Amino acid sequence: MNSKNIMYILKRIALALLTVWVVITVTFFVMHAVPGGPFLGEKAMSESAMKALEAKYGMDQPLMTQYFTYLKDIVTRFDFGPSLKQRGRMVIDVIMDGLKTSAKLGLIAAVIALISGVVLGAVAALRRNKIVDKIIMVVTTAFVSMPSFIMGVLLLIAFVIKLKWFPGNGASAGGLVLPIITLSLYPMAYITRLTRSSMLDVLGQDYIRTARAKGVSKWKIIFGHAMKNSLIPVITYFGPMIAYIVTGSIVVEQIFAVPGLGRLFVSCIINRDYPMIMGTTIILAILIVVMNMVSDILYKIVDPRIKFD
Amino acid sequence: MNKKPFSLQVDVDAFLPASDDEKAYMVQMRPSTTFFKDGVKRLIKNKVALVSFIVIVVITLSAIIIPVFWPYGYEQMLGVTPGSPVDSSYNNLAPMKYGSTEQAKIDAGEKVFPHLFGTDSSGRDYFIRVVYGTRISLAVGFFASIIVLIIGILVGSIAGYIGGKVDLVIMRIVDIIYSLPDMLMVILLASVLRMTLQPVIEGTVLAKIGSNIISLFIVFGLLYWVSMSRLIRGQILSLREQEYVLAAQATGAKSGWIIRKHLIPNCISVVIISTALQIPNAIFTESYLSFLGLGVNAPMPSLGSLASDALNGITSYPSRLVIPAIVISLIVLSLNLFGDGLRDAFDPKLNA
Repeated sequence: MNSKNIMYILKRIALALLTVWVVITVTFFVMHAVPGGPFLGEKAMSESAMKALEAKYGMDQPLMTQYFTYLKDIVTRFDFGPSLKQRGRMVIDVIMDGLKTSAKLGLIAAVIALISGVVLGAVAALRRNKIVDKIIMVVTTAFVSMPSFIMGVLLLIAFVIKLKWFPGNGASAGGLVLPIITLSLYPMAYITRLTRSSMLDVLGQDYIRTARAKGVSKWKIIFGHAMKNSLIPVITYFGPMIAYIVTGSIVVEQIFAVPGLGRLFVSCIINRDYPMIMGTTIILAILIVVMNMVSDILYKIVDPRIKFD
Repeated sequence: MNKKPFSLQVDVDAFLPASDDEKAYMVQMRPSTTFFKDGVKRLIKNKVALVSFIVIVVITLSAIIIPVFWPYGYEQMLGVTPGSPVDSSYNNLAPMKYGSTEQAKIDAGEKVFPHLFGTDSSGRDYFIRVVYGTRISLAVGFFASIIVLIIGILVGSIAGYIGGKVDLVIMRIVDIIYSLPDMLMVILLASVLRMTLQPVIEGTVLAKIGSNIISLFIVFGLLYWVSMSRLIRGQILSLREQEYVLAAQATGAKSGWIIRKHLIPNCISVVIISTALQIPNAIFTESYLSFLGLGVNAPMPSLGSLASDALNGITSYPSRLVIPAIVISLIVLSLNLFGDGLRDAFDPKLNA
């Protein structure tokens, strides 16, 4: 690894850290700009009880002091404070509970999308302008234009309500199948199109013709020469894919009643549980920012032709 | 042949008046084509783009025109008449069915306008709600893209023209906003702005639009201009260095002329295309937020909120979800395909 690579990686890490800091700061100040404060929705409360509650959660301090305390707790202990509505529980514990289900959901969806997308894209490229290619392109175009919540709901109608193949409750066994399919369809379609176009690009290159001319077998060309290079653009999609799956899971978990982080997030917004909203936003943001960073860095390292700016 | 070497060797025949045959060579066979006409010609040849364009026009026109003559309003609960108890026979009507008083009228030989898609759980005509929802979604998409366009052009051209430190600072800010997870920030800002804006706009014209829509616009104005401004800055930086700009400067053209005649025509197509592709994006975001309950204020419908409301009665009335779902997918799909067609037709870099 040369010094240019290292410089790029350092710069990229610095940008990611800066972004996370911006997210924390924006989230903190935006949430504190809400009029009324978090306890306004509670039952009628005496002035002194309100004061006591505010003192307990450190809300009587000046805003900047609160901000630095919040920042320090996150950086040093990864602590987002206590939840307001789920008494006696810490935000981070509640989030970790939800994250277990969501991570399973998201990871399986990402792996399925990646494998099936690359296979379909390669098939479409190798059968260019044949009927298989056309079917794949039409179907993927439709998937790309359909919002995830509509996809999820259509699957819900078809397989849960009409056919009754799967339970509608995401907490039960087999309940995760449909949410996983819903989440993986869009990235799958996107990866298929990406792989197809880059595969077509690579198949037109001179070194493929050279390999063919010296008698290398068809499959060796596809897997040994073409596949490797045509997968490079797919790496760039890792970051956006994770972002899509994270935001998609917010509605998909709502539709299929999956007890994950996305569902938690929506219920915090409805309940106005401020520390939970802040904690969830920040953790999901960190996830997305880190994945973006990793895919950017991987991309530059894997393909030495890419210029550094 | 050449007997007189010192003569002028003029062929006298060349000075005869041109015959009609010869004149025919000089006639302009067809008017010279402009860049715009050329692009339109390519666009019309592209059948997919043309069909998508027709679909968009039909949907837009019907969203504008149908509410004018439709006998039912989007918030009119048909079972509710002042001074009498609520007639629940109007609630949850299946498509093309009628409520009890309407049925009596039909039996008496009168004509009643049909409920094409039935009614919802509050007895509101569902067809007109879908039409209004389409109208709202299209309007949100359009205005959000305009906001993005204006801010993007302003910031992008400032960064591109002034350059230097200003450019550096602006581009670093753009980098950071670009790497923010946009959807999360949209949800956060929309949920907070909703509470903050409500009391501020109370009683003004803005209250009619609804705090949620305004916060959606604010969010778009804050977050989504970055890619547009990057694009425009890049365009300006590359166009500024072109030889024809240098040539224009050398012949004494003023900068206003250069901007009007060279810079704008050359980057307008790219700008229009990315604005066109921004519209489905905005519609998508609006429906997503509406689905989470952060979109338009009730009783105003949007396609996302219609879908979200239908989720409650999904086992009994799946059609109420399928209809807005189809409309939304149709709009987004045809806008995307049309945008792609525009790009193919007007992006000069692709017509090698």
